[in-house]
Amino acid sequence: MALAFDEFGRPFIILKEQEQKSRLRGLDAQKANIAAGKAVARILRTSLGPKGMDKMLQSPDGDVTITNDGATILEQMDVDNQIAKLMVELSRSQDYEIGDGTTGVVVLAGALLEQAEKLLERGIHPIRIAEGYELASRIAVENLEGIAQKFEFGPSNIEPLVQTCMTTLSSKIVNRCKRDMAEIAVKAVLAVADLERKDVNLDLIKVEGKVGGKLEDTELVYGIIVDKDMSHPQMPKRIEDVNIAILTCPFEPPKPKTKHKVDIDTVEKFQTLRLQEQKYFDDMVQKCKDVGATLVICQWGFDDEANHLLMHRNLPAVRWVGGVELELIAIATGGRIVPRFQELTPDKLGKAGLVREKSFGTTKDRMLYIEHCANSRAVTIFIRGGNKMMIEETKRSIHDALCVARNLILNNSIVYGGGSAEIACSIAVEAAADRYPGVEQYAIRGFADALDSIPMALAENSGLQPIETLSAVKSEQIKENNPFCGIDCNDVGTNNMREQNVFETLIGKQQQILLATQVVKMILKIDDVISPAEY
Amino acid sequence: MAVEKILKDDASEEKGERARMASFIGAMAIADLVKTTLGPKGMDKILQSTGRGQLVTVTNDGATILKSLHIDNPAAKVLVDISKVQDDEVGDGTTSVVVLAGELLREAEKLVNSKIHPMTIISGYRMAADAARNALLQKVVDNKEDAEKFRSDLMKIAMTTLSSKILSQDKEHFAQLAVDAVMRLKGSTNLEAIQIIKKPGGSLKDSFLDEGFILDKKIGIGQPKRIENAKILVANTAMDTDKVKIYGARVRVDSMSKVAEIEAAEKQKMREKVQKIIGHGINCFINRQLIYNFPEELFADAGILAIEHADFDGIERLALVTGGEIASTFDNPESVKLGHCKLIEEIMIGEDKLIHFSGCEMGQACTIVLRGASQHVLDEADRSLHDALCVLSQTVNDSRVLLGGGWPEMIMAKEVDELARKTPGKKSLAIEAFSKSLLAIPTIIADNAGLDSAELVAQLRAEHHREGCNAGIDVITGSVGDMAALGISESFKVKQAVLLSATEAAEMILRVDEIITCAPRRREDRM
Repeated sequence: MALAFDEFGRPFIILKEQEQKSRLRGLDAQKANIAAGKAVARILRTSLGPKGMDKMLQSPDGDVTITNDGATILEQMDVDNQIAKLMVELSRSQDYEIGDGTTGVVVLAGALLEQAEKLLERGIHPIRIAEGYELASRIAVENLEGIAQKFEFGPSNIEPLVQTCMTTLSSKIVNRCKRDMAEIAVKAVLAVADLERKDVNLDLIKVEGKVGGKLEDTELVYGIIVDKDMSHPQMPKRIEDVNIAILTCPFEPPKPKTKHKVDIDTVEKFQTLRLQEQKYFDDMVQKCKDVGATLVICQWGFDDEANHLLMHRNLPAVRWVGGVELELIAIATGGRIVPRFQELTPDKLGKAGLVREKSFGTTKDRMLYIEHCANSRAVTIFIRGGNKMMIEETKRSIHDALCVARNLILNNSIVYGGGSAEIACSIAVEAAADRYPGVEQYAIRGFADALDSIPMALAENSGLQPIETLSAVKSEQIKENNPFCGIDCNDVGTNNMREQNVFETLIGKQQQILLATQVVKMILKIDDVISPAEY
Repeated sequence: MAVEKILKDDASEEKGERARMASFIGAMAIADLVKTTLGPKGMDKILQSTGRGQLVTVTNDGATILKSLHIDNPAAKVLVDISKVQDDEVGDGTTSVVVLAGELLREAEKLVNSKIHPMTIISGYRMAADAARNALLQKVVDNKEDAEKFRSDLMKIAMTTLSSKILSQDKEHFAQLAVDAVMRLKGSTNLEAIQIIKKPGGSLKDSFLDEGFILDKKIGIGQPKRIENAKILVANTAMDTDKVKIYGARVRVDSMSKVAEIEAAEKQKMREKVQKIIGHGINCFINRQLIYNFPEELFADAGILAIEHADFDGIERLALVTGGEIASTFDNPESVKLGHCKLIEEIMIGEDKLIHFSGCEMGQACTIVLRGASQHVLDEADRSLHDALCVLSQTVNDSRVLLGGGWPEMIMAKEVDELARKTPGKKSLAIEAFSKSLLAIPTIIADNAGLDSAELVAQLRAEHHREGCNAGIDVITGSVGDMAALGISESFKVKQAVLLSATEAAEMILRVDEIITCAPRRREDRM
């Protein structure tokens, strides 16, 4: 195959060392790819929905992660297959873009691939299938916009936001206290949100975790928590009305960047140098004191002498604070990060109402709370929980909830969850299919069937009869012309998701459909896989 | 067609039933491992480290045992982790939490085998845990107002905690020590102020609490061995060669005489520093870093006691105890806070000389000197005492107290049983299973003591159907006894933490339906 002949009949080689490479072509290639994609989707399928199960992942170093978050599972799975890697990418891009629905997007892509396989077997050309999917996805997205509802919320009326975050959290392990968590997430997002510009910078929300206590002890702190303590054990543990100097220069003798040497050859020089050194430390501390700082936060370390001088002059200090935290502190307190002592001025100081040190448990863990800041636009969510894995999983869940809240502030349209949106789309796509004269019609129908697989998986995970439940809900939707009917996962007794208050964001759903379609199209277009043989 | 391999070569994947089985078995194995250490008649374990020296540890402390294990099973790791957190957070109950989580999973396995969905079990467990917690809340006793009673509560808790440890022979003695030490803290949970010094020799009974502070250092030669009304300067400064800190400085000379001059200048510098320190009007100087012979001699000449190389914790504690500040510069003698104490003297414990500071300003600190036959005994005694101290300091903050000896478990089980009867649906099976798991703890305590557990637990159950019953297992006589009369108490905070973290861990493991193990990172052969 890879051997060709030039005009003189001499063979020349197109693929180097062909016999050492395995190669799959044509339908075989497509089928192999589809099988790999489906296998990944199958792993995630059981994690979907409020009754979805978790996966336990053991990393190469033996650390254990227990999670329900699709993106995290795939990322840590150590995937080797190329197509499987595409699916991992897919889930990751949903994570970056929306932050939630990372499991759903992979399950949908898997279902689309499954349908494609059937169509391929009927002899439909993959490109036609891809085109049909493209058409169908457009119909679905438009339909979503049609059934979406706007809802109003304001700083005083956060209930709708909380409800949506609760839908996100209900599939995670934290669902025991999803109400509290959702409120924390919404309040945090609202605190940093710029409602005028509809912009939310999630970097301003810091999520800290500490093992111990219980999940209910998780709190939202309007300020910053730093995992550090005062540099000198005898500095005050609680300071009020603080003026913070934020420094990125060490309390140490200067280190010029150019190479230099100070030669000492006489006793006088030795002594002057000594005096200078003392004066240098003195000056540094005095400068901080002069501008009126009552707390020094420094990115670098302190010399012992400087440390004592600080202590001596009643100037509490914190050392070795990380760069990101330093920035957050600067934002929160309205201060400026000062790189040199000479540039310290009173107006560059940050302001905070209260700085306190809090200790935990029986070990010597201490954390520094910086609260009542001048600019309360930076907040910290402080998570407590029974063990390390719990904290990590809670962090991920909170991140999802934060993303959802942010998306709602960007765009306040919602669709109803519990599979209702997928069923509605499926009905719309199915109806639209008949209008297309070409072969695409089949692909569009396939798309509709694939959409059904999400509510099906939800029903399956909730212990319901999947086919029975789905067909009942579908007929209900058509009969009552009510796109809010979904799967009753929690056994509440009603299929109307509007009454159950199960919301999802419109952009999240649209993004899921678009991304899944794109990836499936890409996989379908591959007809030749050349991989190096085992080495 | 066959699905191609998705994961990397050595990675493994277990699904559904098999995954659940693997995690159940792993978790139960861990629980069974520490099970025999539970209760006053629990046995100890010997741990031998694989490192050089093959150090041997003999212990009864769940967290210590689990910390030293090398475990491969991911579910088992979850249990190890909760025990570690329990240790950090409340200090005691590290074994109980693992045993309870293991029992919960054991019951869950039975339910899963009879085809009940894990999610149903979880929701049942949650309801049960809430009910159990409420049951405890109703029964707590809070004696914070009454100082006398509170102290006796603390005493009881300390005795109960210690009775399962190596110190049980002298538990009264040690409980007294621990309560005294914690009461001196006056409500702070800062256990740093309590120093524990271990000195082999003598017997455990010879251990004592010292009101002052003992520093495990020797006094320099030629310096006073006893100082009354000491004024102490605690410092962290270089007393060897005070080098120039300005970057890039170096000494470059062209003749021998210059070397001598510089050396003289250096000496002069040190002399000035020492003079400045002496200028503080002190008679005791304690430094974290080394003190070289030359300054030491100067101090000796001035009649000042100089102690070098006190470790960092020691310095902090010393500063705390004497009320001084840790100084590193000595230019402003008038404003440096000096530490004070009534008497410094050298004392002998066993063969070793130690420095004893008594009559300190801050009454918070104290030192417990442990004596014992061997290093292993001392280490274990240290751990046991630490547990007791942790529990006590937590109890001082949250003074709610429960009875011990399986009493709280019976109370919880009773309440959970009630709930099971009221709950419709499959959940009630899970709730019932929860109460069975709670009953497993008194059963194990009885088993470990070699008693007829089935008989005892059944008797207890009958007793608990009366209102206001105080019955629990009296391991010493081997019968059901009145816990209030026997003075067996436990801290509410510990029990609550055990209940909540065990449920949380069980829930986490139950939710898993797939285990993916990545290929272990290849380590380079060092052969």
